[in-house]
Order: sequence, then C-alpha cells, then structure tokens
Amino acid sequence: MEKKLVKCNINGKDVETYVDVRASLTDMLRNDYRLTSVKKGCEVGECGACNVIIDGECFNSCIYLAVWAEGKRIRTLEGLLGPGGELSDIQQAFVDEAAVQCGFCTPGFIMTAVEILETGKEYTRDELRKLLSGHLCRCTGYENILNAVEKTMKQRLGKA
Amino acid sequence: MVVGKSVKRVDAIDKVTGRARYTDDLADKSALIVKICHSTIAHGMVKSIDTSAAENIPGVVKVITCFDVPNRPFPTAGHPWSTDPHHQDVADRMLLNRHVRYYGDEVAVVIGEDEVAAEQGVRALKVEYDELPFVLDVQEAMQDGAPQLHEEFKNNILDHTGYEVGNYEEAIQEPGLVKIEGWYNTPIVQHCHIENHICFAEEQFGKIVIVSSTQIPHIVRRICGQALGLPWGKVRLIKPYIGGGFGNKQDALYEPLCGYCCQQVGGRLVKLDVSREETFVSNRVRHAIRYHIITYARPDGRFVARRLEAFSNQGAYASHGHGVNAKGAGAFKQIYVDDKATKVDAYTVYTNLPAAGAMRAYGIPQVSFAIESSVEDAAKALGIDSLKLRQMNMMPVGYTDSFSKNVNYFDSLNQCIAKGKAYIDYERKHEEYAKQTGPIRRGVGMAIFWYNTAVWPIALEASSCRMVMNQDGSVQLEIGETEIGQGADTAFAQMVADTVGVPFDKVHVLTTQDTDVTPFGTGAYASRQTYVAGFAIHNIGTQLKNKVLKYAEYMTGKPAETLDMAEGVVFEKETQEQLMTIDELATSALYSLDQAEQFSAEGTTQIKTNAYSFGCGFVEVEVDIPMCKVKLLKMINVHDCGRLINPQLAEAQVHGGMSMAIGYGMGEQLLFDPKTGKPLNNNLLDYKLCTMMDHPDLKAEFVENFEPTSPFGTKALGEPPTCPGAPAIRNAILNATGVSVNQTPVTPHILFERFKEEGLL
Repeated sequence: MEKKLVKCNINGKDVETYVDVRASLTDMLRNDYRLTSVKKGCEVGECGACNVIIDGECFNSCIYLAVWAEGKRIRTLEGLLGPGGELSDIQQAFVDEAAVQCGFCTPGFIMTAVEILETGKEYTRDELRKLLSGHLCRCTGYENILNAVEKTMKQRLGKA
Repeated sequence: MVVGKSVKRVDAIDKVTGRARYTDDLADKSALIVKICHSTIAHGMVKSIDTSAAENIPGVVKVITCFDVPNRPFPTAGHPWSTDPHHQDVADRMLLNRHVRYYGDEVAVVIGEDEVAAEQGVRALKVEYDELPFVLDVQEAMQDGAPQLHEEFKNNILDHTGYEVGNYEEAIQEPGLVKIEGWYNTPIVQHCHIENHICFAEEQFGKIVIVSSTQIPHIVRRICGQALGLPWGKVRLIKPYIGGGFGNKQDALYEPLCGYCCQQVGGRLVKLDVSREETFVSNRVRHAIRYHIITYARPDGRFVARRLEAFSNQGAYASHGHGVNAKGAGAFKQIYVDDKATKVDAYTVYTNLPAAGAMRAYGIPQVSFAIESSVEDAAKALGIDSLKLRQMNMMPVGYTDSFSKNVNYFDSLNQCIAKGKAYIDYERKHEEYAKQTGPIRRGVGMAIFWYNTAVWPIALEASSCRMVMNQDGSVQLEIGETEIGQGADTAFAQMVADTVGVPFDKVHVLTTQDTDVTPFGTGAYASRQTYVAGFAIHNIGTQLKNKVLKYAEYMTGKPAETLDMAEGVVFEKETQEQLMTIDELATSALYSLDQAEQFSAEGTTQIKTNAYSFGCGFVEVEVDIPMCKVKLLKMINVHDCGRLINPQLAEAQVHGGMSMAIGYGMGEQLLFDPKTGKPLNNNLLDYKLCTMMDHPDLKAEFVENFEPTSPFGTKALGEPPTCPGAPAIRNAILNATGVSVNQTPVTPHILFERFKEEGLL
C-alpha cells in the first residue's frame, strides 16, 4: 500500500497525515481526523452527504482523492461553530425551521448553504432549488431545508 | 403544557453540529471488513466456489461460502414474534444461499483486514452455477410449470386471502348497473434512506454485541438469536441514531450474517457496510402489486358491488410477505363501502426479484393508486363529479370495522377534503380544465385514504418504558420505541413533561436503544409509536409522579392526593399554593438521611385498541403533451391524525411523505433486464429520486379530531403522507388530457404511448 503525506488546512488548522494514495477525502476526513459529519451515502458522488468546502467551493469528498487535498483549505460542518460553541445562523435556521429529521443529509446540505450564503447574492426560491439540488434527502421533502436557507439568506442581506 | 406545541427537536443541535453519532461513526477503525459476493444469475444452484485465489490475497482473513453455513432457516420480517406457530413469519432465509433465487442473492463473504482486501477477495472468488429458469412476472409465476422458488409453496403462492361481504354474484344481477373495469400496476421502488444499512459485531461479555442501523433493535435481537442458534439473551443489539429507515430497516437485513462472521473469526470486531448499489437490490423493496378492479354502480353513482384481485410480487424471499398485500386488500372494503357486496382475492407470489418487505404505508400507497384511479375512472364513465362520487361511497361516520373494532368517530374525510379543495380551488378548476385544448394543459386531481395506527389485533401491541429521576428533578426516559428521523424522541419528551409535570427541558430521552438496558419495545413501524408509546408514557409517567407526590406528603404532611405537580412545581390543588420545586424535592429525597429515595417507575403497557387515521391529497399539474412531460404546480396533503403532539414536526413529516409520493407517482422505479433478471438502475443516478427541483412548495394541513382511545388524542402520521400523492397526480393528468394512465410512475415514456393511443400525438 503506497502512502503519501498530505498537508492541508482543515477548519482553520494546519494539519498533515500520511494517507493511502487510493483513499478518498471522505475516508481521510472521517478516519484520520474523525470529522464524522462527513457522511457516506453512495460513495460515487450522487447523494451529496459527504459534501465539504474546498478552497471556497463545494465538492463531494467521496469522489475527491485525499492526496488532492494537498495545500487546500477544507471546511466541514465541525468548523462552523463559533469560538464559544455558538451555532452559526444557518445551523440555527435548520433547527428553527425543522429542516432536520434523520440528520444524515444535513451536514452536506448545510455546507452547500454556506457556499451559497457566502456569495452574498440574493437568489430566488427557484434558483435556490437548483443550487441545492445536488443533495438528496428522503425525510424532509426539502421544503423546510429550502425555507431555512432562504430565511438565512434574507437575514444576512438585511431583508428578513 | 408542552404537548401540542412546536418545540424544537431534542436531537436537532447534535444533528446540525455533526455530533449525532451513527453506526459507522461508532465503529472502531480496527474492525475487520465483511464484503458480500452476490449471485450474478437470477435463479440456480451454486455448484462450486473456488476460494483459493481470494484466500491468497494479502489482507484477506477468511472466506465463508454457502457451503459452510449451518442449515438453519430463519425469518427476517420485523414483526413481533408470535408464540403461535401458525402466525409466525415464514422462515425461508439462510445466512448464505446455495439455491440462489434472484440476481444479487448472497453466496459468500470475504472478511478482510480492510475494505480493499475484502473487495479484492470477493472479485477473486470463482463461483460456478447450475442455472435454472427464472420468472419475474407475478402472474406468470403462478402458472403451472413456472420455475419454482421454494418447494413448499406450490405455484410460488406464498399466501392467498380472500373475503366476500354480501353475495357478489347475486348483487351484480341488479338491473341497470354500470360496470367499470380496470387493471392497475404499481412499480418496485426502494426506500433510499440516505444512510445505507450498516452493522458491526464483536463478542464481549460472553455475548455477541451488534451495533446496527435498524428500526427494531429488540426484534433484530430475536432474529439474530434464531439465525445463529443462540439463546436470545446472548445477543445484545444496540441502535444508535440512524439515517432513515422507511421500513427497509424494519427487517433483519445483515445483522445475522454480521454476527455469524464475527463468530467465525473468533469474536473479533467485524463491520458489514453495504454499498448503495447493494442496498437497492439486496436489502428490501416495496412490493409491486398488480390490481384488477371491477365496480358495479347505479347510474346515480352508488357502488353496489366491487371486486378486487391483487397480485403482489414478493420477490425471492418472504420477508414481510403477505401482510402487505393483505393490508391493502382489507382497506378495499373500508375506504369505500359497497351497498350490497365486496369480493376480494389477494395473492402474494414468489418471483426471482429482490425480496419485498415493509415500506412506508405497507401496501396502502399501492392499493390507493388502484382504488383512487378506479373511482376516478368510474366517475368519468358515469358522468358524475368524482368528488361527489367519493363522498357518496366513502366510509361513513360511525363505521366500525368488524375485525379491528376501529371506529370512524368523526367526519374526518369530509373535513380533510374541504380544506384540500379550498387550497387548490378544486371544483372550479376541475370543471374548467376538462374543457381545454392545445398542447399545454392543466389539471387537478385528488385522492383519499385511511390508515390503521399500529397492528393490534393482528399482532402484539405493547410498550415498555422506564423513567428515572435525577437529583435536580430531571427525568431520563428509556423506551423501546425508536427515533429514526421522524422526531419520536421529541414527541416522547413532550409527553413525559406533561405527564410527570416537569418542564420540557428537564426530560432527557435516551435515544440509543440497547437491548441489555432498554426496556422491551418492538420499535418503529406501522405508524404506531406516538400512539402506542403514548399509553406507556402516560401510565409510567403517572406512576412516577405519584411517587414524587407521596414524597411530598412525607415532606409537607399534606396528603398526596391533595397535591399535584406541573412545570416542575409541587402545589396544593385546592389553594394552588406552591409548596416546592421538583429540584428541591428530588435533591432532598436523594440525600435524605432519614428516607433516601430515587424516584423511578417502569413497566409494560399493553394496548388493545387501534385507530383509523384519515386524509387526502390534492395536486395541480401542467402537462406538456408534445413533450409528454408533467410539471407539478401545487400539492397539498390534509391529515386527521388526531391531536398534533408537535405541529411543526408533524408538518415536516407530511412534507417527506409527499415527496416520496411524488417519486412514486412520477419517477421512481427499479428496473430489471427481462432476459437476465439483472437490475438496471440500482444507483442514485439512474433511479430517479426526487431532488429539490422536482417539487413545488409542499403544503401540509391538518384536521385535529382528538382520538378518543389515546391518552394524548393522537394517531398515525408516520406513513400516511405517502398514500394519496401518486393517484392524485394520475387523476390530475386525466383531468388535463382526458387520458387515463393505469400504471405508476407516470413517466414520459408511458405518456408517449398513451397519448399516441388516444390520438393526442
């Protein structure tokens, strides 16, 4: 088994570890860094449960090799909390809008929401549907997830 | 009081921070990995398996084949066990199979030090088969001479039930009746919970400890005991948070095999993690059921007699078996009540397809599609408004089912219909849309349903729980009924708070069921938990409260029966004088040098009632005839599930069911190659699960008639939202185009054929 040193920044912290060159980023984040919010739902880039932000852009980490993370800045759900453990506005919105049921798709959805919100743009509901459509959820019918993202977007834009 | 309020989920913060731990999050990295070798033929006998190449792969620890496993058939259905052998589930499963009965059956496993070694090992196995002819179609499988799957079930018929109310042949002789006849087909779909089934096992404390993504830990303990030939207490089953189940995990999936693998490597930790592709085929699916309905109605619309034949495709193994088809068959005579006669025959038939099991609403989405389509067709044939036709024939107020003793206490169906049609503006649009011409047309459609809560009197209904009070007056609830995403823990916490009389934030529900610790309960299925656990929580919570008040009597000298507690304050009933907080009382009691006591209560509560849950769905669609495409514009479900324990979570539950119904009506179906039986789209790219773009805004409304049998006034809501969507969509397309489609999902391929047949293309 060939191993390679991968240095990257995860949730604001510089880290490094040797990984199996065949490992996915999902495997590295879950197994080496115990960031278990990164979920495995299909492992072929279909469901979005493993979604993380890499250098500002969302990726399905299950189809992203761990070795490609060299030099990258990676953000996972665990990195969203404030210094005192405060929930971020989008996490709070998921709680308030009952956008969480089994919770398995939730981390991936929230990270895409973060990517959307950080553009600072205002999107229509239909545009948000398209932007969030890379994630599958079987519990919620998406309704309250969409509501949570839309509400947080409006709050951040001072339009709520 | 907190019941009836939209408090936030007790697990929401853990789930938005990634702290909620699911099975794979709990598995130690040292676990050996089990990978399964699945059959690549639909039917045959395994002649030999050459394991030598696999065994030589570095990292492969052990290979186990179908020739190694004990000859000990076991049942897998997540039903309460019956001590009556005639009511026990069919035991037709083996850990691994020499006689393979579907493409994807389990023939061997490779246990490896890591996933790569185990996968390589599986690929290196050389399996030789003696192929047998196979059959995929349910009615073909019933023919004489069809390939036989299980020797003891002649013509592959797993079971048949029939009933006749009145005399059908006599009833249809009435002069002047109009006959309406149709065949209706429903597809194989899969649950598609986002967390695949996964479990791991290790021998500890002289037992096999299995951690599993299951809805039914206590039932799976029993099945593992049966499958492994162990006393049931030698199996410890632990259920952490699970990423959805929808009935698939109301079955023993791979827990027995995982436990067996653990035994074969000396009790070492083994993990069996199933891929999405395997989940689609080698877990469970929803039964595809083909229905034949004949309706005889008077010209004024009154149903005189109806006939139902139902052919349910069981796939290769019994799993939940005939219960699913039988439930739908029973619904046929209840949702509509015929004036003179109803005759039903329902067959469940083995075929060489994946085993069908429980899936959200257990046969009712299937039969609702058939019934609600047939009623719409009858309305068209009779020239009567379909809503009026329904209202004329549907279950009347006061109706009592002779078997379950369920009573239709309220005018729920009419109340639900009134809300739904107002939201859609149904009557005006239905009339207007029927007159359209041109390529783009709109339509509205609707469907009604009923759903039983829980399984009494077909099977056991009992719930056990334990409540323990801490030094500060807070309470732990341990209960066998499980959180699977629906919000059960939150509803239970609300019930505990009100029953015991403590604030909501002083209740802690232990979400993990551990069969060695958690009181016995059969788990999440049949939309039973809020109803059934409600009795248990009310009973045990009252006992706990009485112990607290007895202690208050000791502390104050005032008789316990004159005292009460609410919101964590003990008070005198007559004067409303506040005597002490529960914090003070519990601390005093636990640390008393005179009379120390920890308050706890536990026990089993048996439930010998059941309740009808009702509702309807309305949709508006736009049909692009040249493109054969349907766009869903509006959708509403209205439910009477009794009193809402938590309105916001109830709404969310309905949204999810509506989404599943949209998939059932418009996109989802698992396809198989008719030449080989091989699955064609067992992945989330080719199997069309709804995305956010496939939905309009989903509207959930309620009618709250408090259920008289429930201490909290509640009844089924978990599964019912899945029932009305597909037929409502089908009926809306009929309204838009005049074209009836008698199979679901209504895809562009089907519409193209139908529009051609009807001259629209």
